[in-house]
Amino acid sequence: MALQTNKPLNGRRRGQSKRDQATLQNGVVWTITAPFALYLADQTLRRSSAQVRSEEAKMLGIVSRKVLGQSLGRIRPAVWALRNYSSAEKQMTVRDALNSALDEEMSADPKVFLMGEEVGEYQGAYKISKGLLEKYGPERVLDTPITEAGFTGIGVGAAYYGLKPVVEFMTFNFSMQAIDHIINSAAKSNYMSAGQISVPIVFRGPNGAAAGVGAQHSQCYAAWYGSCPGLKVLSPYSSEDARGLLKAAIRDPDPVIFLENELLYGESFPISAEVLDSSFCLPIGKAKIEREGRDVTITAFSKMVGFALKAADILAKDGISAEIINLRSIRPLDTPTINASVRKTNRLVTVEEGFPQHGVGAEICMAVVEESFGYLDAPVERIAGADVPMPYAANLERMAVPQIEDIVRAAKRACYRSTAMAATA
Amino acid sequence: MALSLGKSKRILQCLKSKICVVGLGKNSFWSGWFHHGCPSSMAPLAPTCRNPDAVLVNAATQFATRRFESTKAEKHVDSLCDAEGNQLLDFPGGKVAFTSEMRFIPESPMERAHCYRVLDDNGQPNVSNFVQVSKEVAVKMYATMLTLQVMDTIFYEAQRQGRISFYVTSIGEEAINVASAAALSIDDVIFPQYREPGVLLWRGFTLQEFANQCFGNKADYGKGRQMPIHYGSNKHNYVTVSSTVATQIPQAVGAAYSLKMDGKDACTVTYFGDGGSSTGDFHAALNFAAVMEAPVIFICRNNGWAISTPVSDQFRSDGVVVRGRGYGVRSIRVDGNDALAMYTAVCAARKMAITEHRPILIEALTYRAGHHSTSDDSSKYRPVSEIELWRMARDPVSRLRRWIESNDWWSGEAESELRSNVRKEVLDAIQVAERVEKPPIAEIFTDVYDAPPSNLCEQEKLLRETIRRYPQDYPPDVPAL
Repeated sequence: MALQTNKPLNGRRRGQSKRDQATLQNGVVWTITAPFALYLADQTLRRSSAQVRSEEAKMLGIVSRKVLGQSLGRIRPAVWALRNYSSAEKQMTVRDALNSALDEEMSADPKVFLMGEEVGEYQGAYKISKGLLEKYGPERVLDTPITEAGFTGIGVGAAYYGLKPVVEFMTFNFSMQAIDHIINSAAKSNYMSAGQISVPIVFRGPNGAAAGVGAQHSQCYAAWYGSCPGLKVLSPYSSEDARGLLKAAIRDPDPVIFLENELLYGESFPISAEVLDSSFCLPIGKAKIEREGRDVTITAFSKMVGFALKAADILAKDGISAEIINLRSIRPLDTPTINASVRKTNRLVTVEEGFPQHGVGAEICMAVVEESFGYLDAPVERIAGADVPMPYAANLERMAVPQIEDIVRAAKRACYRSTAMAATA
Repeated sequence: MALSLGKSKRILQCLKSKICVVGLGKNSFWSGWFHHGCPSSMAPLAPTCRNPDAVLVNAATQFATRRFESTKAEKHVDSLCDAEGNQLLDFPGGKVAFTSEMRFIPESPMERAHCYRVLDDNGQPNVSNFVQVSKEVAVKMYATMLTLQVMDTIFYEAQRQGRISFYVTSIGEEAINVASAAALSIDDVIFPQYREPGVLLWRGFTLQEFANQCFGNKADYGKGRQMPIHYGSNKHNYVTVSSTVATQIPQAVGAAYSLKMDGKDACTVTYFGDGGSSTGDFHAALNFAAVMEAPVIFICRNNGWAISTPVSDQFRSDGVVVRGRGYGVRSIRVDGNDALAMYTAVCAARKMAITEHRPILIEALTYRAGHHSTSDDSSKYRPVSEIELWRMARDPVSRLRRWIESNDWWSGEAESELRSNVRKEVLDAIQVAERVEKPPIAEIFTDVYDAPPSNLCEQEKLLRETIRRYPQDYPPDVPAL
């Protein structure tokens, strides 16, 4: 299966609209304003220098891989890569991707409005909605009082009437206060009313572990929401994912849960001109093969995709070619893509940050067993967070969340290379 | 010496209070005296007003440090006075007057909030300032209330006979249902709890449509997806009943906000009981509605009971009406069994909500004369005599009948004719609904999403295949197509 690439990174789409350029420039400007500078400084400190170096190498690697996939690229790869990298290669943080997606959707459809705690005057608890209050006014960017149950109910009511609210939770941990409205009102209304009431609402916010925020701010809700019919659940990884999936979510007539990741907000990803176009949209329910491989399939979503890609680099040195699938969509799950991949590689490792029991990995394992049992050459390996509330101390937190080494070990086990289990190491 | 000092103190106090009346600002004499100075030694006028001695103490310092100009900080520390010379301070949220008397606001008022009523127990109006209803509207209101009562009685019996699985009556609350609906326009969106079928009835939902939903048959607008009494109809602007208590209250606020943004000449109206007013959703909704200035009418059917919980265990406030003030919401208490009072109050509320963009809270006092639902036997927790009293002597339907009869708009013949017609219609509707087929298999999988996803399409194929192979295991009255 060919790499799912976007349009080539050459200068063909040079004619970007001024607005997109301005957005990007604004994005750059925003990135260097003081609060961002502090935030980024904080993030950079958290990441080891090794990670930074490997990320740069990875980005270069992505560029050259995408280029190689094109017929023209095969003829003169080096020159092409250099030209592309220097001229049209743009970087965008996930934060800017989300902000620009919100901005464009709000501008395109007057029914779209944003509500949540601190989204207006404070520019967003994580600055995702920066500049939107100024641009669209307090009628379309609503600062809400502190009641998730309250403002979720209000958002659902507005959606019943026909508006398209984007409700922000400061983290999805707080969505538990509103989960009755999300499940019993938003998810089930279309069904219970037999199609008379549709609920075109989006619930978005950071999900899963951040850094040093403790048990009540670190849970991953992908499995909880992923089990509920009536909801669509998305989880982006890169800036392209963030832009494309958020736009798709806002345009979708069904209620969508959009699980972001706080630690990814500041990360930059290369982005093509096609992605920057305001009509860009990714399909809901399609996973992306981030890296092709032959020996083992590794599925992941959100932050774990980055870890899986790094694990793939390490595995490549040992001669194991790993295929990395970025799920993008938790519900509906792209089981055809996963199954096709497993039928090719015959081995599967699922990776997630959330708790293991009843998790996303468990569902993927069963989906593969149902469809492709005969193709499996090894038991399915499941990497998940530790089955404990997230501890705070940095060393304990590190052990409670999957690390790259865990993924490498699991992949080796699936490939019958003897290696100890993480707990005994 | 002491005396003269004391006297001078008093003189100074008088002077100070006079200056307070004159008002302070940069231009006043005293402010000039005190505002130019080092902030650290600056004595804000609030303390000096209270403590005139400080004037004498600080005067010297003020003179000495006059040359240090610093005016910005003082503005915030400035205090103001109202017309009577009472001290005010502009805390966040607005100016508040101080008092030296420590007085707690009592937990209950001397007198409970009064209840607005037009018709007395005999159906005679004791006032003339109510919205005059025409004969057509009055007779339609009465006919709808009576229909609701008959429908409830017969459907309740049908449940007891096992023909439907569940039912909820509105006995005793017919006036709230119908009179409020009569005061609204069809464009006003209704967010019901579950004891408001009278609103739908007023708007034109037929007895057959009610029966179809209760039997969950093919003709049900809800495609057989919900329990009985979970009616919903887009064309009647009545949002589908949802079992979860009070979730409709903030939803009504959100929809009202959308109506306001659209500039529509309409409001939303939401109903809930005394029990529903205890929920977090109620609190958030009223609070938000006031802040967002949403055109929504909150109608609380305070019928005294939340299943078996009496209001004395539900809250200790003077009912629900006093809570309006707690949120900054205009509110009124109305006799819920008086159709004309309800009609008048809802008319006024609607006008205020739409033209002034404000929420209104109406507490309609009434009594739940029936059981909570068919799963309840209320004689287990309340005296039967109490139930009988309200059902017989204080029936809202009879009260309205006495009024329209006194106007010669109604008669005994019309009464018996209507009763027998409605009864026949309800029985027919039930018989027809019972015989209609159930919804087809395909409807299990539709409407989960806007477009059915691949996994549901697969499941449907699998189900059809299984039914085809083992038809004896599946009910014959469910069409497989």
